[in-house]
Amino acid sequence: MHTVVVEKEFPHPPEKIWRALTDPKLMSLWLMENDFVPGIGRKFSLRAKPVAHWNGVVDCEVLALEPCRRLAYSWNVGADGPAALRTVVTWTLWPSPAGTRVRMEHAGFRPDQKGNYQGAQFGWQAFFARLEPLLAQP
Amino acid sequence: MRKPPDLIFKCLADPTRRSIFEHLCRDGRVTVRGLTGEAGISQPAVSKHLRMLKRAGLVRGARQGRETYYSVFPRGARPLFDWIRHYRAFWPDRFARLDAVLAQMP
Repeated sequence: MHTVVVEKEFPHPPEKIWRALTDPKLMSLWLMENDFVPGIGRKFSLRAKPVAHWNGVVDCEVLALEPCRRLAYSWNVGADGPAALRTVVTWTLWPSPAGTRVRMEHAGFRPDQKGNYQGAQFGWQAFFARLEPLLAQP
Repeated sequence: MRKPPDLIFKCLADPTRRSIFEHLCRDGRVTVRGLTGEAGISQPAVSKHLRMLKRAGLVRGARQGRETYYSVFPRGARPLFDWIRHYRAFWPDRFARLDAVLAQMP
């Protein structure tokens, strides 16, 4: 499991970005259908059309909520088991000359699991990097 | 975000099997004896791990004379790659949609 980071600058003020990230109606337009509640510890789910290997449901819990600055929620897919996805999505916003710099970090393990899984995490990263060339094969 | 292909991930969750699989990715065709040298475990244990890798569809064995040569089966590993691809494309795609939503917002 690795970490996905996407960073982008938007020509909009942080307040507007924050609204898009936390208003359930707006979230449904760009992320997924949801019942997001802005409160730490509040559980919500994201729902998309089911596809192969996924019933379309992401179970989440709000972990951090600092208006216009930081938002984090758990992102869990599948029942408990070795194949279940237990991850955390963190959004960080900084005001910038052009508007707002937005960073999304999707990390493979919860902060409390970090100690246990750091080794495994690096293992997977190196593993994926080495497997990539195989994609070119028939 | 789709769920990973269960059997493949269960199989590769074991570090010994992962290192055997990586060894095969790197060297192509290897015998059980060749794999045993690097794995640091007994030959029967390596054979057992190879059976699991074959069951998950990640590895194939081809008999040649008295030896069986093992190699990665790229088509079997495809669900793993598809999952990684989906995972990589997901957020850039959502960022593009977020951009469009922001442009429409007052």
